[in-house]
Amino acid sequence: MKLLSYFRGEAFQRGVHPPGCKHTADTPIRRLPFAPRLIVPLSQHIGRPSRPIVRVGEEVVRGQPIAEADGWLSVPQHAPATGVVEAIELRPSARGPWTECIVIRVYEASTQEVLWGTPQDIDAFPPQEIVLAVQRTGMVGLGGAAFPSHAKLTMPQGARVETLVVNGCECEPYLTCDHRVMVEHAHDLMTGIRHAMRATGARHAIIGVEDNKPEAAEAMRRALPPGGDIFVEKVPTKYPQGSEKMLITALFGIEVPSGKLPLSLGMVVNNVGTLAALGRLLPAGQGLVERVVTVTGPGVARPGDYRVPLGTPISFVLDYAGAPAQARQVILGGPMMGQSVASLDVPVTKGVSGVLVFRGEDMAGREGRRTYPCIKCGECVESCPMGLNPSTLGMLAAKREYDLMAEQFHLGDCFECGCCTWICPSNIPLVQQFRVAKQILREKAVA
Amino acid sequence: MSIQTEIRSAPHIKGPRSVEQIMANVVYSLLPICAFFVYQYGISAAASILVVTASCLLAERAFVRTGTQAGSLSDFSATITGLLLALTLPPGFPLWMGAVAGVSAIALGKAIFGGIGFNVFNPALVGRAFVQAAFPAAIATYTPSFLPGRFTDFIPSSLAWPLMAPADTAAWLKAMHYDTLASASPLARWKFEGFVTPAWDLVTSLAGHMAVGPSPVLILFCGAYLAMRRFLDWRIPVAVLGSAGLSALVIYAIFGTKYPDPFFMLFSGGLVLGAVYMATDMATSPVTPRGMWLYGGLIGVLTVMIRYYSGLPEGVMYAILIANATTPLIERIAQPTPFGKGASIRARKSASYTLHPDYISREEASARTPKKRFLKNKPKKP
Repeated sequence: MKLLSYFRGEAFQRGVHPPGCKHTADTPIRRLPFAPRLIVPLSQHIGRPSRPIVRVGEEVVRGQPIAEADGWLSVPQHAPATGVVEAIELRPSARGPWTECIVIRVYEASTQEVLWGTPQDIDAFPPQEIVLAVQRTGMVGLGGAAFPSHAKLTMPQGARVETLVVNGCECEPYLTCDHRVMVEHAHDLMTGIRHAMRATGARHAIIGVEDNKPEAAEAMRRALPPGGDIFVEKVPTKYPQGSEKMLITALFGIEVPSGKLPLSLGMVVNNVGTLAALGRLLPAGQGLVERVVTVTGPGVARPGDYRVPLGTPISFVLDYAGAPAQARQVILGGPMMGQSVASLDVPVTKGVSGVLVFRGEDMAGREGRRTYPCIKCGECVESCPMGLNPSTLGMLAAKREYDLMAEQFHLGDCFECGCCTWICPSNIPLVQQFRVAKQILREKAVA
Repeated sequence: MSIQTEIRSAPHIKGPRSVEQIMANVVYSLLPICAFFVYQYGISAAASILVVTASCLLAERAFVRTGTQAGSLSDFSATITGLLLALTLPPGFPLWMGAVAGVSAIALGKAIFGGIGFNVFNPALVGRAFVQAAFPAAIATYTPSFLPGRFTDFIPSSLAWPLMAPADTAAWLKAMHYDTLASASPLARWKFEGFVTPAWDLVTSLAGHMAVGPSPVLILFCGAYLAMRRFLDWRIPVAVLGSAGLSALVIYAIFGTKYPDPFFMLFSGGLVLGAVYMATDMATSPVTPRGMWLYGGLIGVLTVMIRYYSGLPEGVMYAILIANATTPLIERIAQPTPFGKGASIRARKSASYTLHPDYISREEASARTPKKRFLKNKPKKP
């Protein structure tokens, strides 16, 4: 089929087509009740951890700031539930190291309504004020990277943004949280887009949706405000379209130069989930206390998209959704780039888009596979969206030629989408080797 | 909830492709070709295919067992080597020589490099080159296809005792009242007699009494199946046939009657089989798309050069072996261009990619391609 697509002209070059498995696309978003204890890490984002502004024993109200931003590249944290601060201590994080967290014991029968916050008229704000208001919401990129949104919406001196690209691709299999947000919160999304456009000075916004979500595109088209400066574009479904550089290529047919940001082309890319949440939080003057998380996987009794209070332990989420007893692997995020967690005590943070559960039998097929030497079939070269040569990189990694990989084979361009490992018929863990290589090079650079 | 979780590194799902699947499909696609070969030459061809493949499998088994090479029998790669090797040998090739070819293909072509994926040269062609050097007379002895009684009688040379010279095929043919000339391959007839076989006979291979391999049309058809399912890369056969056809056309246009027409060049000998099945051997061909074009082009040109300007009638085998040897060099100069580093980016860096006020959505009728939006005189909205 790739032979045909070569002539058809695709969204972006290469990439793969993993099975969608979007079983939860039609179930509406539901609320998750409060867990008895919520664990709010102070570092849920890229940048400096927040500074706590509450003390142990203090009572907090849902939506109340409990930690402030420490510097520019940092965001505040808000209490996800009404309760009492039980501890400020080290707790395990999904990435492994223990980080400082505020633990809140939730009052029983407390409401999920957010009462904290004063409504504000964002339309009257100048752009700089909007950026500050975004920082006050504690918003980070909800697509998974968790980069502070206000920093993304801040324009460096002299930069001019023409186009706001809104990323509604959600190319990872299984995940449907952005899809449901687009369907159910299209109006919030439009509000968020309007404010983001004003903050960046963009004259247009283009929402890129993969064509396997026609009802999302339809819902957003219906919600389009008059004025005609926001467009909804369908792009052919393909992984990893959710990467901002791939989406820009799919929409405009141009490539973001290597090592540069989309800003160099006058574009800013934001996730639909982020902008929809901003559209709700900004006018209300509230903070980010919950997010939509897809809880799914084979054997999950009640899969679906849940509005989860931030800080809810994964074990509570899984109990509620009915994870199978034979579950052997729990992944935060999608199956292609998500992180498998060691401990179910880690909380849902701002960057968690999905909780995916695999049973032993789901993994048996993969584990039974033999690993062959590279047969140089070239599938990885055909699937690498960054145009690298994973086959050669893999052989160099096996020989530990890490410097050569970086210097001659552009290892630094790899963003670890996992296409090469997914497609490899020899079952070679290519992207895993690249991750190791990059980490070793980083440590070398530091030393 | 207490779940004993395991930690893995993403991606957590795996695509359906596997080495076994690729190799098994290549074997399936070779079966019709082998059947055609047997239909042409009868039980001698069938015995040859069986013996050569069995010797390849046995050799592979021995080398895998002794730990000399990676892989296993179940990956079907040795089966492919055996079938392809049998298809390149004359149908009346003595069976014991076929066994030698099979063993040397695996031993010299594959095992000494370390097994599947590590081989530098196509194993089937290494085996054929070995027997071509060892038994030059036997490998040049073809018999005409579609002989009557081919399903009941062996070609006498097939059944030579091991280490014994085969029976004289020419005398056998004479006894059956056949012209020995018919047993020369079309390429040899052109080279040594100046006789150009009609292209249509070559394409179908159905005309009798011609020493030809399976029909090129059938091979192309089977190759197309593999290319559609992406079990071989379509670029290599296209490049090989294209460059061979082009260079033959150029020479034909310049020197005219001295050389045969490009169709003869394309469909005679083993060019189609070599282009579709030999040159596309994954381990010995370049990984990068650009490298595949270069590699295929090199094979095509080399084939024409060897056929026209050397003492050999057929050049596909050596062309592919030489190109195999250049694969690492080709990969060196033909790495893919990483995203965002292409020449087009450098050229267009100064341009601004602002969205035009008359932005035309892709889904509107007047929009052609996404790139059109950035042209100065773009189609206006109706």
